[in-house]
Amino acid sequence: MSVLRAAGLGLGYEGRPVVAGLDLTVAPGRITAVVGPNACGKSTLLRGLARLLRPTAGTVLLDGRDIHRLSTREVAARVGMLPQQPTAPDGITVADLVARGRHPHQRWLRQWSAEDENAVAAAMVATGVTDLATRPVDELSGGQRQRVWIALVLAQETGLLLLDEPTTFLDLAHQLEVLDLLQDLNTAGRTVVAVLHDLNMACRYAHEIIAMRDGAVLAQGPPASVVDATMVEKVFGVRARVITDPTTGTPLVLPEPRPRP
Amino acid sequence: MVATVAALLVALAAMIVSLGVGDFPMPLSDVLTVLLGGQGSTRRSAYVVLDLRLPRALGALAVGAAFGLSGAIVQRVVRNPLASPDVVGINAGAAVVAVFLVVVLGAGPHAVALGALAGAVATAAAIYLLSRRRGVTGYRLVLVGIGVTAMLSSVTAYLLNIANIYTAEQAAIWLSGSLAGRTWAQVVPVLIALAVLLPVALRLAGPLRALELGDDLARALGTRAEHARAGLLLTAVALAAVATAAAGPIAFVALAAPQIARRLVRERGLALVTSAAVGAALLAVADLAARRLLAPVELPVGVLTTVLGAPLLVWLLARANHVGRTG
Repeated sequence: MSVLRAAGLGLGYEGRPVVAGLDLTVAPGRITAVVGPNACGKSTLLRGLARLLRPTAGTVLLDGRDIHRLSTREVAARVGMLPQQPTAPDGITVADLVARGRHPHQRWLRQWSAEDENAVAAAMVATGVTDLATRPVDELSGGQRQRVWIALVLAQETGLLLLDEPTTFLDLAHQLEVLDLLQDLNTAGRTVVAVLHDLNMACRYAHEIIAMRDGAVLAQGPPASVVDATMVEKVFGVRARVITDPTTGTPLVLPEPRPRP
Repeated sequence: MVATVAALLVALAAMIVSLGVGDFPMPLSDVLTVLLGGQGSTRRSAYVVLDLRLPRALGALAVGAAFGLSGAIVQRVVRNPLASPDVVGINAGAAVVAVFLVVVLGAGPHAVALGALAGAVATAAAIYLLSRRRGVTGYRLVLVGIGVTAMLSSVTAYLLNIANIYTAEQAAIWLSGSLAGRTWAQVVPVLIALAVLLPVALRLAGPLRALELGDDLARALGTRAEHARAGLLLTAVALAAVATAAAGPIAFVALAAPQIARRLVRERGLALVTSAAVGAALLAVADLAARRLLAPVELPVGVLTTVLGAPLLVWLLARANHVGRTG
């Protein structure tokens, strides 16, 4: 199982630093949720971990080797990443889109193989989109579309999945659907890292929480030991009461109403 | 596959018909006999077919295919159906140099072809650099291209104004795009360019499929996005430049061929080969029509493709607006 680690990582865009001096290890075989306020560097961190951004300082290590010394293809064979807003080519069908996840496994002379076919079929089964295979992606609902994108990354067959806000813009039922899917994928042996906005969902589904603010990691660990009122106030600037979720036993964050005169 | 074969058959049919018709008409059997290495019924048949008409007919196919393929690549890379090489200003760059050579230096056809080639490549490089900001995206490229086209067109207009009437007319014919009087010397370079660049384009089709999903996902899938895009655009520019050098800036083939190809192909692949085949068919038919529609007067084929292509552009724009996106 691949291990992803950041050491003294600094990331930024055109001289504007976003993340500085960041150390973390992605727990192998677990679900890690990255949480934090808007513009705290969550997406930037994910892009850095996926080798989409060159560090301004420090390194990202994949199985102990600097990710920028590995070839693009070597990384693509081990780390899958779903960005926040990928674009679906006009009119493409679900099966065709999922098939594009096989790109890192294809070579100029060895084009489409039975192995590719099986990986695509398995990815569509895992995400429950097999029935949609011939439908154009533009016609799907938000939740269906998100599952199709996840299927694309699954077809890539990587042990590590990085997902940037996979549940944003989805209603409650579809959020649960996607998170349940991530849980199933994890049970099947994949390491999952997802940027999530909903702290309570993160507590429910993740084994590990990485809480960020202003480009730095303020806390990392299991939800039960990391998420408390102090942490919520420090990370989000929100006063909250944290109780134990009566159904799952995980922390449940209840923001305090503002004082009224 | 079916669409590609059908388009190629149309192109081939148009080519064979065009070999037989003209001021010296000959029966189809003669054309076929000559093509298969025979003599034909008169002494002149072989000369007319092989030396006078074949370069032009084959030139129409090759130039059309080059424009079609070039347009398909550009439209896919920048994810915009309006971004074909003629719309974003590559043709305007070729035109300005060609007109300068004709008007100011009185250059002959080969120098003009080379100048047009250089002008197209230089303009493409300028547009690429101007529209670059953390990668090249669709609308920026189109808008920069339209701006560059306007600037270069005004220079072309000025050059035509200061020219004497004879050279101005010569330049105007080149500007509308024509295949009349093309010889092997002008057609062979296009055939070579196609033979080299079509396999290159197919080699880059894999990265292009990833690139269509957005840069981040393309790179996560193991593509060197900037490299792949630069390679693809370079291929497209080379194709458009060579075709323009041979036949002048024939409008709308590069824009229309990929659009038609995409509607013909059932499963939505990249349709690169189909676009090339449709481009060949379009230009072969258009050139035949340009020769025969008002015979014995001949129209420049560029005039005909503009008359047919402009409504298509309007329709695409209207549709893009209607759907509320740019495709």
